[in-house]
Order: sequence, then structure tokens, then C-alpha cells
Amino acid sequence: MQEFFDSTRDNFISTFLVEDRWQQLLSGLGITLLITFFAVIIGIILGCLIAIVRSTYETNVKTKKCLTFGDYIIKVLNVICKIYLTIIRGTPVVVQLMIMYFIIFANSRDSILAAILSFGINSGAYVAEIIRSGIMSIDKGQFEASRSLGFNYKDTMIHIILPQAFKNVLPALGNEFIVLLKETSVAGYVAVQDLTYVANLIRSRTYEAFFPLITTAVIYLVLVMILTFFLGKLERRLRNSDH
Amino acid sequence: MTTNEVLIKVEGLEKSFDGVEVLKGIDAEIHKGDVIVIIGASGSGKSTFLRCLNLLEEPTGGRILFEGTDITDPKVDINLHRQKMGMVFQQFNLFPHKTVLQNLTLGPIKLLKKTKEEANSEAMKLLERVGLADRADAYPNQLSGGQKQRIAIVRALAMNPDVLLFDEPTSALDPEMVGEVLDVMKTLAKEGMTMAVVTHEMGFAREVGTKVVFIDEGVIAEENTPEEFFNNPQNPRLQDFLSKVL
Repeated sequence: MQEFFDSTRDNFISTFLVEDRWQQLLSGLGITLLITFFAVIIGIILGCLIAIVRSTYETNVKTKKCLTFGDYIIKVLNVICKIYLTIIRGTPVVVQLMIMYFIIFANSRDSILAAILSFGINSGAYVAEIIRSGIMSIDKGQFEASRSLGFNYKDTMIHIILPQAFKNVLPALGNEFIVLLKETSVAGYVAVQDLTYVANLIRSRTYEAFFPLITTAVIYLVLVMILTFFLGKLERRLRNSDH
Repeated sequence: MTTNEVLIKVEGLEKSFDGVEVLKGIDAEIHKGDVIVIIGASGSGKSTFLRCLNLLEEPTGGRILFEGTDITDPKVDINLHRQKMGMVFQQFNLFPHKTVLQNLTLGPIKLLKKTKEEANSEAMKLLERVGLADRADAYPNQLSGGQKQRIAIVRALAMNPDVLLFDEPTSALDPEMVGEVLDVMKTLAKEGMTMAVVTHEMGFAREVGTKVVFIDEGVIAEENTPEEFFNNPQNPRLQDFLSKVL
């Protein structure tokens, strides 16, 4: 019994205290959060733009007979968006990450920036489809009521459609961000020293797997729980018009 | 209260959906102060006609002159003209994420560039007129159907339009709520509001209509004053229609 406690204590010390390894874990956590944060922002911006292009094309341009110059631009953008969605959703994120780092970033070797960009671009494809489904879920009457008041297409989107669409898809969007947070754990493939990478490094140094890996798992779990808590709060706040 | 000033002039209006002709050449004039009631069987094209007037449906032929401007011309900014043509829908289409007051003030603030205070006080006056001032901070989902439709009417009025278009405003209501909405519409008509109303409420047509129009198979089959229209219908299809609904 005594032996077990002694070895546990030694393992704890070698995992966290020797060479200030807890600080490495902390900086790994920081990098994980950094990558997730900026990837989420890129994902939302890309996703919104693509969703608007795609739904504008579907509701406005597709059915028209004579197209204006603006319609042609939307048509071309829609094709580009479709290609983007096909490629991003059709290939593994790790492969995209390695292509970004070893091919596109071959000369700069800024691994964190490469990770932010590839996770952001990857997430954008999924966010786009989530938001598009939200836009499509809004009753056509909302659109007509807004247009009948005299709002143009853009203002109708901003004031009437997107706020309602966003509320409808918030659970799915939250899910996407949770997936993204956990997905960043493969960033170690391109030598990003994120939480998972650091934990694995410590494991290989100390020949002790229990503490580094379980600690990592618990940290991700807590992060996801915090994210879930705030998303739930936001959802309840947005739902106050429903009762 | 009809005047001679022509507000809307429709010339040879046609509309087809994927090759199916719904409107086959409609000519009509709406004068200032008119209350035009449009009736017809379901599928006759009466709603499509109304929705063409503010271009929610894009006509496939003909012209619509609103206050002298051909709004079917692609160069015309339809959004500016729509501000002057209010519309009330069968399904109300209030904005569920905004309060009643915000539903009323969104257009005046964003489009007419009124200050928030100005828009709010005008909106409250409108709400008082329909007896719903106490619901200003409620959300649409907290209201009954009749209340929603009354709000929808004042939302359109808040833009200070020259004409109001009603697309079967009472068809989605429970029977006991039809009266409260019709009362609002009657008051508006008596105040001289120009209105075009698609409805199945024959009592309303008889009481406040200045002209009743019967649309059948995409054309105007008969139009007349309410008395003549109901007491002395000429068109056999109209006679048949009236015998079923009256």
C-alpha cells in the first residue's frame, strides 16, 4: 500500500513539478485556447459569408430568368463556395493541416498560424452549412413582411432573417465549436506545442502515462463544460421571446 | 370618399409560374380613398394579383403604375415605393424576435430615419387606436391571432403608407377574432385610407367596399359597386360563386 502511494507521489512530482512541467502544460493550454479562439472567429466569418452567398443564390438568383451583373457575381461565388465545401468536408482535417504547414507554409514554418488558418478554414465549411440551414428554416413570410415594409435584401437579412436563424442554429453551432476545440488536439502533427502535444511529451520523458494523459482529458472536459454552460446561458437569453 | 386621383393603375398584368398562367391580363384602377374588395374562388389568382401590386410576385407581363411611376421597370427602386404600400398578410408575419413596439418602429427608424423617441411615440398612438397599448413590450408569440393581426395592421400603418394591401387578413383567425380585425379595417376605410382587400368576408365587402372585383381564372370577370355586385350579378360564374358563399 505504502509502495503504491510512494510511486503515485513520485509520478505526480515527475509529471508536474520536475523541470516546472506544470508550466509547460499551462502554456500548452494557452496555445490550444489561442488556436481555438481565432479558428472560431475565422470559422464564423467564413461561414456567414458562404451561407449568405449560397442562400442568396438559392432564393434569388436560381429562379430568375434575366440575370443582372450582380447576379452573375453571386453565381460565380456560389460555384467557388461549393468547391470549397466539397474539398474541405471531403478530406481529413489532419491532412489539411499538414498540407497547410508543409506545402503552403513551407517557407515560413509558423506552425501556430498554419494551425489557426487550417482549423478556421475547416470549421468555416461546417459553420456555413449550419447557418445556411438556419436561414432556410425561417418562414418565407418573414422575408416578405420585411420586403413589404421597404427593406432591401441586405437589411432584411441583417435585421430579420439572420437574428432568427442564429437563434435556431445556436445548439448546432455550439456543438461545432466544441468539436473544433477538441480537434485542435491534432495540431501536434505540425509541431504545435498545444496541450495534447505537451502532455505526450511529458509522458515520453517520464515514462509515466497516467498523470499527463488523464490531466489532459480532464482539462478538455472542463473547457467543454465551461463552453456548454455559456452557450446554454446564451440560448436561454435568446429564447426569451418564445414564451 | 373615392376621388378621381388614380393611385394605382394596372395595365395588362400577366403572371405565370413555370409556364402556368395565373393572371391573364388584368386592367384595374385604384383611386385615392377606394376600398377595393377582391373576391374569387381559391386558385383564381386573386392573391397573386394583390402580391403583384407591390412586386412580391414579379409580373411576367403588363405594367403597374403607382403614383405615376411604372414600378415594373427594373430601373425603379422598388424598396422606396414599397414604403408607401403597406401590406397585411394572412399569417400576420410579425417579427417574433422583436417586441410589439419594435415591430412597429423598425421601419420608421431604419427607413424613414425617424428618431427612436419620435417612432416610439407614434407607435404608441397607433397601438392605442387598436386598443393594444398595454401589449407594447410583449412578444408576438404571447398574443392571440386577432391581436397579432391588429399589430400587423398598425405595423403597416406606422410607415404612413398611401395604400394598404390586405391578403386574406381574417382567414387564419378563429371565428371569434374575425370581428376585432374587421372593425379596425372598417375604421381605416371610413377615415379615407385607400385599401385593396382580398377576402372571403362578404359582409365587409358589402359594408365598406367602394368597388367589388370578382377574379376568375386569371381575369377580372366582373366589377361593380357592392349593391349591384351582390344584388344583380351578371357573370354566371359569379352567380354560382355567390350562391355558395352567401
